[in-house]
Amino acid sequence: MLRYTLRRLLGAIPTLFLVIVLAFLLVHAAPGGPFDDERALPPEIEANIAAAYHLDEPLPVQFLRYLGGVVQGDFGPSYSYRDYTVSELIGRSFPVSVQLGILAMLLAAVSGVSLGVVAALNRNSPLDRIVMGFAMTGISIPVFVIAPVLVLFLAVKLQWLPASWTGSEGASRLLLPVVSLALPQIAYVARLTRASLIDVLSSDFIRTARAQGLGTAAIVRYHALKPAMLPVLSYMGPAVAAVLTGSVVVEEIFGIPGLGQLFVRGSLNRDYTLVLGVVIFYATLIVLLNLVVDLLYGAIDPRIRRR
Amino acid sequence: MKTIRLLPVVLATLAGAAVMLNACSNGGTDRESSPTGTPVLNRALSTEPESLDPQKSRSVQAADVLRDIGEGLVTYTAAGDLVPGTADSWEIAEDGLSYTFRIRADAHWSNGDPVTAANFVHGLRRLVDPATAAFYAAELGNVVNAEAIVAGEMDPAELGVAATDERTLVISLVRPTPYLLSLLTHPSTFPVHRGSFEQHGAQFARAGKLLSNGAYVLADWEPGAIIELHRNTHYWNDAETSIDVVRHHVVTQEMAEFNRYRADELHVTSTVPPENFEQIRAEYGDQLHVAPTLGVYYYGFNVTRPPFADNPELRQALSMAIDREVLVEAITGRGEAPAYSWVPPGIHNYDPVQLPYAGLSQTERNAIAQSLYKKAGYGRDNPLRFELRYNTSDTQQRIALAVQAMWRKVLGAEAMAVNVEFQVLLDQMRNREVTEVFRSSWFGDYNDANTFLAIMESDSVANMPGYSNPEYDALMQSAGEQLDLDRRRLYLEEAERVLLADHAVIPLYFYVSKHLVKPEVEGWQDNILNYHYSQHLSLGAAERDGRP
Repeated sequence: MLRYTLRRLLGAIPTLFLVIVLAFLLVHAAPGGPFDDERALPPEIEANIAAAYHLDEPLPVQFLRYLGGVVQGDFGPSYSYRDYTVSELIGRSFPVSVQLGILAMLLAAVSGVSLGVVAALNRNSPLDRIVMGFAMTGISIPVFVIAPVLVLFLAVKLQWLPASWTGSEGASRLLLPVVSLALPQIAYVARLTRASLIDVLSSDFIRTARAQGLGTAAIVRYHALKPAMLPVLSYMGPAVAAVLTGSVVVEEIFGIPGLGQLFVRGSLNRDYTLVLGVVIFYATLIVLLNLVVDLLYGAIDPRIRRR
Repeated sequence: MKTIRLLPVVLATLAGAAVMLNACSNGGTDRESSPTGTPVLNRALSTEPESLDPQKSRSVQAADVLRDIGEGLVTYTAAGDLVPGTADSWEIAEDGLSYTFRIRADAHWSNGDPVTAANFVHGLRRLVDPATAAFYAAELGNVVNAEAIVAGEMDPAELGVAATDERTLVISLVRPTPYLLSLLTHPSTFPVHRGSFEQHGAQFARAGKLLSNGAYVLADWEPGAIIELHRNTHYWNDAETSIDVVRHHVVTQEMAEFNRYRADELHVTSTVPPENFEQIRAEYGDQLHVAPTLGVYYYGFNVTRPPFADNPELRQALSMAIDREVLVEAITGRGEAPAYSWVPPGIHNYDPVQLPYAGLSQTERNAIAQSLYKKAGYGRDNPLRFELRYNTSDTQQRIALAVQAMWRKVLGAEAMAVNVEFQVLLDQMRNREVTEVFRSSWFGDYNDANTFLAIMESDSVANMPGYSNPEYDALMQSAGEQLDLDRRRLYLEEAERVLLADHAVIPLYFYVSKHLVKPEVEGWQDNILNYHYSQHLSLGAAERDGRP
């Protein structure tokens, strides 16, 4: 297992290098520069700024300089936050995104799986229809509709919860963003769980278990749920990565200082170092989370571990 | 049986981690420690400042925050009138080439050190030093040796700024600069505390390090969320400051900002969402503040390439065919004023020149436009085809589509609306290779017509149309040499007349500032600069704990 993990980690290095090269070329290929503005600058001032950020050097030199920094863990200074380095910005915003992301995924996993199990066990009953109807709605309504509606009722009309991240100091500021992030995920997880559990419940070993006299609760708990979780788990891996790196929409609506907002601001301002930093960070995270999911597979299903 | 327990364990670990992170992220700031009962002002910034280093910052939003933190030699009242700031008096030499400022004896930094003339010298030298790479370095262009220093040909110490004693500062100019005093209110000219700068280097503008000579100190900055300022008790005019804590919230979405205002999380908004303007006006009445400001929205012609090069009559036809009244009433609809001049009305010591056809009705304008269009060789069977470029945004698109329809209806001209990302449009405007007609805007840096007219000089880098008229340049040159303010004004007005007659630009409307301000906020005054210093505001008796 340790050797497998190490091999996977080493194998990730060429992937990451490729990501850096591609991202570097793409951000520099985008028209416009980080310091362009409607208030154009006199050429000598533009030259001074370019020199201060090494933007006057040939692209290969800039790339090597950048790569040298990355290897040492230095992602360079941000252009759109001139008082901060990229590492600092990621270091500040990632915990915020993680906090939201983890809570949202927890909510999604617990309630999604529960709803899915309820629906599967009451297949084709009115209860199933209600749960699946809710799931369909959750998937169909985009978060940029859900979030403002939640704000309108719970924050503006009833004033029970803060409308934004900076509207309160306490944990209550987490509630609306977490629910907005989790709702579509709950729906997805519920549908996956239901489909997968129905599939497992009709397989031979479950029939055997029934024949041996086990009750439904015991069957689900000890025999059916585990195999039924495999598709859910493979969905959760990338979903966690996506949620951890920040939901742009939710962050913009609630004014949350997370990674997503940072990334959008970076790209719109042609903040090369910030965009590259977030991309590299994101790529690393996906590689790691995929590894974690694969290891979890092995833990849940011994057949995979043996192979 | 062992592995089935894994899921609960994973979930429990994640839950624990989330709770811990929540605890960490709340412990990081001292925001909670502000004693209850202290007046807190919550105001919004539409984008986040890129820096709070006075010399390195660039955006309007950075300047808004910096005006709370620092103070120039000269400053503004709540109504936008120039008044002494950290200097309590000044003398201007008869030839207009030398300004002598007297620094207040009671001006202090937030650590208690006196503010000296040397601090201003240090700040101004830093502004022009190429190593600083300051965006506003060119603003000081009229100061002796500034241009050579910016170009890297001279040492920053050669700048024509001198501290003759602790409290006396002399600024020497190469030509009269009647707007120098308003330039000296700008954060880029704020003083720099040398000791602090040398101690912290590039990080001297961080919260906890940045020394302030203004009404507030930078207490905390959480990028992407909030900038918190606390009262500077060492400020010379601290007795007049009413609000102890100011929070500048970063709110990029207009609708989200409006919701936060309605949820009582903001006292002052930075704008008002366009979709609900009429409803907001009806519902909020006096809380809505709409005021003219120093900004013009325009369409520019690329006058360096066909079909618009050397074709002022064709340009005039397109300019006249646009019904600006319809644009501001039906499309923008937030109190904007239709523009018939290049310089906005209300600017200091200036009377904007009107476009020659401003007095005609739209029907009369259309008739003349049609004959000019025909004269240029185009007609219904042979329509003029060109591209109208604008940056991707709802408002820009609605305006572009309306103007496109007006051109088609009045002239039969076929404009193809092309939207590109803002940075791409900037690139294309400056290269003048693909642009034909483009949308742009200009905001004044100071309250003087020069800030609008100078950008249309031939060698100006902000001259997006590529406009070049020796007569215009000569008039601007003459205006720059005038000591007599009335004669200078006449030259500037003549220059504007020339510019408008050439139709290199189509001014469409003048921007307005739009704020929602809670009734308990006292001291708010609308002004053309749209500067609203927190130190001039106070909160009524009903408001004492930050959340109304």
